[in-house]
Amino acid sequence: MSPRLSAVWRAAGLSAGVAAVTLTLLVAVLGVGGYDVGAALRALAGGAFGSWSAFISGTLVRATPLLFAGLAVAIAFRAGVLNIGAEGQLVVGAAVAAAVGLTVTGPLGLAALPLALVAGALCGAAWAAVAAVLRARFGVLEVISTIMLNFIAQYGLAWLVRGPLQEPTHIYPQSETIASLARLPALAGGIRLHWGFVIALAAAVALWLILRRTAAGFRVRAVGANPFAAASAGRIDTGRVATGAFLLSGALAGLGGAVEVSGVTYALYENISPGYGYTAIAVALLARLNPLLVVASAVLFGALEAGAVSMQRDAAVPSVVVSVVEAVLILVVVATDSVRDRWFAMRWFARRAA
Amino acid sequence: MTSDAPVLALRAVSKRFGAVRALDAASLEVRAGTVHALLGENGAGKSTLMHVAFGLVQPDAGEITIRGISRRFGSPADAIAAGLGMVHQHFTLVPAFTVAENVALGGRGRYNARGAAARVREIGASTGLVLDPQAKVASLAVGAQQRLEIIKALARDATLLILDEPTAVLAPADAAELLAWVRRFATGDRAAVLITHHLHDALEVADDVTVLRRGATVLARVVRETTEADLVHAMLGEHHQRVVVGPARARGAPVIALRGVSVVDGRGVVRLADVSCEVAAGEIVGVAAVEGAGQHELLRLLAGRLAPSTGRAELPSDIGFVPADRQRDALMLDLTLTENIALRGAGAARGLLSWRALAARTRGILARFDVRAPGPDIPARTLSGGNQQKFVLGRELAGTPQALIVDHPTRGLDIRATDEVLARLRGARDAGIAVVMYSGDLDEVLAVADRVLVVHAGRVREVPLDREQVGRAMLGAA
Repeated sequence: MSPRLSAVWRAAGLSAGVAAVTLTLLVAVLGVGGYDVGAALRALAGGAFGSWSAFISGTLVRATPLLFAGLAVAIAFRAGVLNIGAEGQLVVGAAVAAAVGLTVTGPLGLAALPLALVAGALCGAAWAAVAAVLRARFGVLEVISTIMLNFIAQYGLAWLVRGPLQEPTHIYPQSETIASLARLPALAGGIRLHWGFVIALAAAVALWLILRRTAAGFRVRAVGANPFAAASAGRIDTGRVATGAFLLSGALAGLGGAVEVSGVTYALYENISPGYGYTAIAVALLARLNPLLVVASAVLFGALEAGAVSMQRDAAVPSVVVSVVEAVLILVVVATDSVRDRWFAMRWFARRAA
Repeated sequence: MTSDAPVLALRAVSKRFGAVRALDAASLEVRAGTVHALLGENGAGKSTLMHVAFGLVQPDAGEITIRGISRRFGSPADAIAAGLGMVHQHFTLVPAFTVAENVALGGRGRYNARGAAARVREIGASTGLVLDPQAKVASLAVGAQQRLEIIKALARDATLLILDEPTAVLAPADAAELLAWVRRFATGDRAAVLITHHLHDALEVADDVTVLRRGATVLARVVRETTEADLVHAMLGEHHQRVVVGPARARGAPVIALRGVSVVDGRGVVRLADVSCEVAAGEIVGVAAVEGAGQHELLRLLAGRLAPSTGRAELPSDIGFVPADRQRDALMLDLTLTENIALRGAGAARGLLSWRALAARTRGILARFDVRAPGPDIPARTLSGGNQQKFVLGRELAGTPQALIVDHPTRGLDIRATDEVLARLRGARDAGIAVVMYSGDLDEVLAVADRVLVVHAGRVREVPLDREQVGRAMLGAA
């Protein structure tokens, strides 16, 4: 057991190191921009951690979709599937959950919430299945196909909120609000944090246990670690395992979208996701694809995004500064993770050549 | 530039790679207007010698002269400028590019695809090597891709062509056509070197022949004055140790059976044709073959890791398999030894895994197979090559499978480790396991095998346990 735990600690140490780098970067970017570094950091920290209500209703609410999508990216990458499409899968899940929440009313209303969440997850998986089939049957690189599917989902959403799901006055590009029975309740009165966060935590723990303890989870790790050895020495059906991980990834992202609609927005908006699915790639990489660490890194990114709002408001620092820091952080993570990086590159070329 | 000076002369070339002496004062002289066959067993140094000539490998000692002028090539570009062209066994083409674009790539000066297209047509007209300059390489058959490799060399005005195992990838009809073309090419001041395992190729088209054994030139002669027997003898050498044939053992029941099995690879090349054989419990079947004859496909077939294209393979459920490339096909280098042990049977495993039990099993294997490792929780990458090999063999033998298939298990091992591995194979046989073993070193095969199957050009047949006979069968001699 000890080496397993020590691996977690090692990864945690690395993550802490990267978090320190984040802070340094933030100070550097603010300094170069000529802003009052102290005031900006105070505003950022205040917005993210300044009070229980800031942390719970700001940071953790922001972290919830990042956690779902981060887990989605982590499970796919673990299997060697480079699913860049969490964004699209999340958007599809959100749209379907909104549709269910708007239509399932009346006597069936009690079923609306579970139905919305399940339908969101299934349709997220179905969206991923398009890329999974293209990969399994025709060898299409999932990096390309999932990015393309993201655009389709994004513009499909734009059409939905101006077409079939638009609110009755036909003025705003958004849907009507969903029935109250289709909403995820808040964890306590007076706070915005909802039960979706608990579902996300449970998903993280479950995923960690599956990868660590079960034969199926081990197959996922084996296929990601070396698909040739997995097939030859393990006699694992690598295509099946990769496809399974891909679908589970899509389901998690789709569930994340459904939870965002049911728990936070209660309606479908054109920009329901400010790029959660893309930020999730950084979340997952920062966590070294470890589901438990994804929780920590999702909270860190949630804090950055929540803090960015108050930094803009209180210190007049544009919130895009945080986006710059996030982007640089991704580069730092990718560069330090040179072994995995090199391996991914090899796999890319191997598959292109095949 | 005297006309009677050899096109290419290599004299007393030596090269070491670490502890391995790849070339030991090897020599080769290619006369103008001739096809020169360069023969030798696996690892005899044929490719290394030609890599020295082509500037890919820097020799430790020796002299290279091109048409009488002493040269030393720092890179292939220098060799190409001196009129050399090399066609490698593994093609160096960009599949997504057209024929003309591939020819234009790597040329000197400006990239000029249109000029290259004209050059391809011109070469087609003058040499008979016709290809459509606008065809995508990905759509070309293997034979046409090889033709393109030759055209690439000719487009850079090569007058000496070095072809490394050119017929290995070709169907028989294409091979005959290629050899006839090489024969026509090597006239006037031009010449060709044919690196090959195949005696027939050498005897049919070559004027001169050089045989390497263990890095040294052991025969250099005009083909007319040579016999097949001379060449076989030169390639295999005197055998110092007699094969010890133990008392004839009672063979057990057949465990593995192939019935009329053929294997066609992704490019449509027949790798194995109509193979039928059986392997019984408690015997070691040795497989002997020159590289590329289809032995790896045979072993993967016997191990259940490759499905027959036609025919039937009757296999037991539990087969241990040690593949040739253990780092790629047997190990997950970044995962722990315990996780690598868990890999065996992972495809069929259900439910929860007990890591404690797996770690205990790993410790047992490390102890029993003398794997030098501090414990079961270190990454497989940290083991030395020999220990990785022992570890993989231990994993595949643990739990006594019905059959064990090992592909070149001693590659890269020192003598001590090699002996240990061979002893393990004998132990497995004595425990009643059906063992199939291939090695690139024929003496190793003969040292452990109870009987020998020889693979030559995709055909498999049993040959008596006799070094001379096995050696001849490997080379396709009658």
